[in-house]
Amino acid sequence: MSDLPRTADVVVIGGGVVGCSIAYNLAKRGVKEVVLLEKGSLCCGSTGRCAAGIRAQWGTEMNCRLGKASLDIFETLSEELGMDVGLYQGGYLMIAYTEKELEQLKKNVALQNSLGIRSKMISLDEARELSPHLNPEGALGFFFHHRDGHADPFLTTFAYAEAAKRLGVRIFRFTQCVGIEVESGRIRAVKTNRGEIHTRVVVNAAGGYSQDVAAMAGVSIPTYPEVHEIMVTEPVERFAQPMHMSFSGNFYIMQRPHGSVIMGYGPEEHEKSYECGNTVEFMEVMARKAVKLLPVMRGLRVVRHWSGLYDMTPDKQPIICEADEVKGFFIATGFSGHGFMFGPITGVVVAEMIMGEEPSVPVHMLHYRRFACGELILEPAVV
Amino acid sequence: MSDREVIVCRCEEVTLGEIREWIERGYDTVDELKRVLRVGMGPCQGRGCTEMIMREIARITGKPIAETGPSRHRPPVKPVKLGTIVEGVKEE
Repeated sequence: MSDLPRTADVVVIGGGVVGCSIAYNLAKRGVKEVVLLEKGSLCCGSTGRCAAGIRAQWGTEMNCRLGKASLDIFETLSEELGMDVGLYQGGYLMIAYTEKELEQLKKNVALQNSLGIRSKMISLDEARELSPHLNPEGALGFFFHHRDGHADPFLTTFAYAEAAKRLGVRIFRFTQCVGIEVESGRIRAVKTNRGEIHTRVVVNAAGGYSQDVAAMAGVSIPTYPEVHEIMVTEPVERFAQPMHMSFSGNFYIMQRPHGSVIMGYGPEEHEKSYECGNTVEFMEVMARKAVKLLPVMRGLRVVRHWSGLYDMTPDKQPIICEADEVKGFFIATGFSGHGFMFGPITGVVVAEMIMGEEPSVPVHMLHYRRFACGELILEPAVV
Repeated sequence: MSDREVIVCRCEEVTLGEIREWIERGYDTVDELKRVLRVGMGPCQGRGCTEMIMREIARITGKPIAETGPSRHRPPVKPVKLGTIVEGVKEE
């Protein structure tokens, strides 16, 4: 195919929510020639496989700021992009099963409140008002933030892509980046399976494949893919409002507006792999967790079970920066399972960084330098 | 009968008209139509509609039918109650 342009102002690698959000935000700020490359089709990677959750209930200042900023964007996103993104704000109900987790979640709430996030510890009665069928066995405390929730990852990404296209962004599906040319410490060109594009700015938004793309530019980042499984039931009438989540209980369970229930947990031994397989063990363990927490789900049928990659970093926080070694090489990756919910704000800050502006959320700490100098920002609140 | 009245994906109640509209907009694989319209995501997992959608894509785009789909088949083979899975575990 010869429709691939020979030059571009910016080439974004990756057609998930992060890449599409960056492309849209660049075009919105007036960047003319933005090209997005996706090796499969939009949403075929982690975005399209994710659990759809959006929250501001985090345990580090950085993630609280990113989460809250994304929520702010999500709340007006359908209007901004001209397409419904399926936002549902039923809140996240966090459940503590251990003393340690209880203390941690109390600390998290204090941190969240200090940053303008109106989360709070709630009583069992209040938790039952939100989720009437909840079995509280073993639970020591409940925490809630009413603005948390979920949106449709497919529709959100397509909405960004469609709005970006209207602003002149060119999106190429089935177009794989196979090399990045660097000259005198600066990006020169991107090679694809369909030809070469000369550019001075490349954004690595390749999710689970980000370390491979970084390596093409001679940049080493410590991201790695981890397989997480997930399943969904048939749709039924709404029986619970919030996303149920516990770190010690190791689960998330929530009902989409569509009526289906999505659930998952993180296995103890994560497999570092690109191979997205499904295990019988996951289905069994997840079914036990779901039926125990919400016995009403016993009669619900599972219709689909799949898996996807968490693009992990050693401290479970993303890498958002321009590379030290290569000018014009921007990285927005390593979201460690939270790329969908951070996608909207990531698009804004990366576009700002590329335009040479001060990012509207201070993300300097998210440079990959932190791994070399040991300034990790370990996030305690991850399933 | 208008294509807006013809339901192709019965589980998710998606019409032929909607499918044609999104194919015209460039969503010309079963995977992409599934993501944007939920076709094939219901309890039957696309058993009823996938082939019809593949034929429709091929007809509109001129692509060979083999390049239009299908989507990946995912477990379970047929819907299973969570309670049944839990009981099955107990029996071991």
